Amino acid sequence: MIPELGHFSLVLALVLALVQAVVPMVGASRNRLTLMAVGRPAAQGQFFFVAFSFACLTWAFVTSDFSVEYVALHSNTATPLYYRITGVWGSHEGSLLLWALVLALWTVAVTVFSRHLPDVFLARVLGVLGWVSVGFLAFLLVTSNPFERLLPGAPEGRDLNPLLQDPGMIIHPPLLYMGYVGFSVAFAFAIAALLSGRMDAAWARWSRPWTTVAWVFLTAGIAVGSGWAYYELGWGGWWFWDPVENASFMPWLLGTALIHSLAVTEKRGAFRSWTVLLAIGAFSLSLLGTFLVRSGVITSVHAFATDPKRGLFILFLLVVVIGVSLLLYAWRAPRLAGGGGFAFVSRETALLGNNVLLSVASASVLLGTLYPLFLDALGMGKISVGPPYFEAVFVPLMTPVVVLMMFGPFLRWKGDTLGPVLRRVAPAFAASVAIGVGTAFAIGHATPRTVLGLALAAWVVLASVQQLAARLGERAGASSAARLRGIPSAWWGMWLAHLGVGIFIIGVTLVGSLNQSLDVKMRDGQRAELAGYGFVFRGVQDAAGPNYDAARATLEVSRDGVAIATLRPEKRLYRAQGMPMTEASIDIGPFRDVYVSLGEQLPDGSWIVSLYFKPFISWIWLGCALMALGGIFAAADRRYRRLAERSAPAGAARQAA
Amino acid sequence: MKPRSKRLVLVGGGVALLVAAVALVLNAFQQNLVFFHTPTEVVAGKAPSGKTFRIGGLVETGSIRREADGITVRFAVTDTAKTIPVSYRGTLPDLFKEGKGAVVQGRLEADGTFRATEVLAKHDENYMPPEAAHAVEQAHKAGATVAQ
Repeated sequence: MIPELGHFSLVLALVLALVQAVVPMVGASRNRLTLMAVGRPAAQGQFFFVAFSFACLTWAFVTSDFSVEYVALHSNTATPLYYRITGVWGSHEGSLLLWALVLALWTVAVTVFSRHLPDVFLARVLGVLGWVSVGFLAFLLVTSNPFERLLPGAPEGRDLNPLLQDPGMIIHPPLLYMGYVGFSVAFAFAIAALLSGRMDAAWARWSRPWTTVAWVFLTAGIAVGSGWAYYELGWGGWWFWDPVENASFMPWLLGTALIHSLAVTEKRGAFRSWTVLLAIGAFSLSLLGTFLVRSGVITSVHAFATDPKRGLFILFLLVVVIGVSLLLYAWRAPRLAGGGGFAFVSRETALLGNNVLLSVASASVLLGTLYPLFLDALGMGKISVGPPYFEAVFVPLMTPVVVLMMFGPFLRWKGDTLGPVLRRVAPAFAASVAIGVGTAFAIGHATPRTVLGLALAAWVVLASVQQLAARLGERAGASSAARLRGIPSAWWGMWLAHLGVGIFIIGVTLVGSLNQSLDVKMRDGQRAELAGYGFVFRGVQDAAGPNYDAARATLEVSRDGVAIATLRPEKRLYRAQGMPMTEASIDIGPFRDVYVSLGEQLPDGSWIVSLYFKPFISWIWLGCALMALGGIFAAADRRYRRLAERSAPAGAARQAA
Repeated sequence: MKPRSKRLVLVGGGVALLVAAVALVLNAFQQNLVFFHTPTEVVAGKAPSGKTFRIGGLVETGSIRREADGITVRFAVTDTAKTIPVSYRGTLPDLFKEGKGAVVQGRLEADGTFRATEVLAKHDENYMPPEAAHAVEQAHKAGATVAQ
């Protein structure tokens, strides 16, 4: 009964989504307020029904209703309650339902925080979001109904994939989807602006906080995902350039370009048509990511669903979305020309460079991800594009991005003179080259890449300090507390996010240069050494979990004779599917992780143990956290809240600083 | 500078940047593509020597052997028609098993052994890596034509 209710409410949601897609759009084109007003309640009703449907599926999981096929395939009575709940989005059908729920949630958020938007504009935004909803709800109902019954019901479920039975998977998918799907709001704003022909600073100002919040979620989601890959896959790596990872990284790169280009559009009225194109691109890449992950067209360590029918549907959706929006763009964008002019040396140029480089980087990831698919589809052989390609492309493309990042904040909008800026930047630059070279030699790893990474990171940190000092120096005479309070939240956001990039580079560089690993055969009492750490193997005990049996090893870790940690890696066997799993054990430190994972047991009773020493790896996630925090500060800027009280001024000219 | 020539410089700079980026991407592409070959193709000498590539198929039953150090593993990958001996140093993925699909990446040694640097298995019990499935399928097709 409950699953049927869930199914019906999904159908009702689709009906309301259709209403939301059509009526306000018609109202906007005929300028009829009563029709436009339908958008808001339709969107809220749609959210109610999708949420109810989601609750029904969750209920089926909680009560282990194995007469529902999806539940039978991804849950088990022995599965702990929290993994039964997260099992809802553990595979294709449920994760699409989560997609639809998140989209409905964003739409409702738009209806709640939209009091300051003109009615026509809001009607079009909701209309576009409605169309996206229609696409996904239809996709769910036609190809991927999670409420499909299994008759007769199974006596026991197959259990959730053990890899997903992990705390990281509780929050990773919702965060990631909030990010992915959040770009649909930026997309809807862009399309609505194209339709109305109103693409001024006000539009950029409305769009900015939404885009930034979506970007924050995406950043956090990717960071949690890479953290999960690091400890859960048991191989001690954190980023593999796997197609599934690339699927979320591409929209992130373009989204990063978008939030910078929106800044230019808001402040200076420039880059308008480019910003629209980026908004379309970021959302298209989110859809493409969904397609790649959910269609099974790619070979990946963590691609899940495999069903060509579904792939075809998302591909169709993708073609419609990209095709229609590009047509609209081609028709409307020529009117957008103009905006504030700017000199060759200006903040606009720095941000333009950032945009071009980030877009090219995104395109290069796209090429590396899709090229094997094309060749395979054309029957021209099977190939794979591995990490060396991405690294060879990424370092040269991202280095200038970081360099521009150091110049940008020192440059004035519209025009500046190069000499004084160079003089301000030069000391930090010289110091960071010295620090880069010096540190690389000090750690005994003086390769070009290490020197480059360390120098760039040092430059980011030094320039950040310098920028803060300069900013505080602006209001001479005021008390230091007043000066701190005088800095807008958006500026702190930029500052934190840029600093986060520096911290991230330190992590990536040092773990890349200095990490060590050792696979070793061990038996009771035996000792191994790695990177100055001693590991003593203290045997293996049985350790049963709720739905698995495990062999748990004990390793005592010491350094210079001082005990540091006791690590307990496990080899689990999940009962329902008979699937083995490696559960690594990590001693996390601020400057290094010591990571141990248990391999297989050999006939002579000894075990294979993998030992890893990962210096500064936490800095990677710390850097991501700072970037996300920066995004929160940027989105929380008072300007956006003030705008809710009075309508935003139109025209870019008045915004010029 | 006149506005016109300024724009020219800006556009020219942008184009130059793009060209450099494309050159970079293509160059990286050329050097880092990893091709896939079935065991039958490798035996037929179609695989590149001295270059990294992938092979895939089933791990032959009864072929897994560990050397005394416990770390070096030898096994054979077969597409049911031809078999390639593989040696690998390191930990194997959880779902690596005899009779199951696997994909390995590495180089072919002069003695015909494939020295793997990476071993990939799928993380789902019932799922065979598509490349491994492809290899077995190709071998079956070839076998069928010969029989006729």
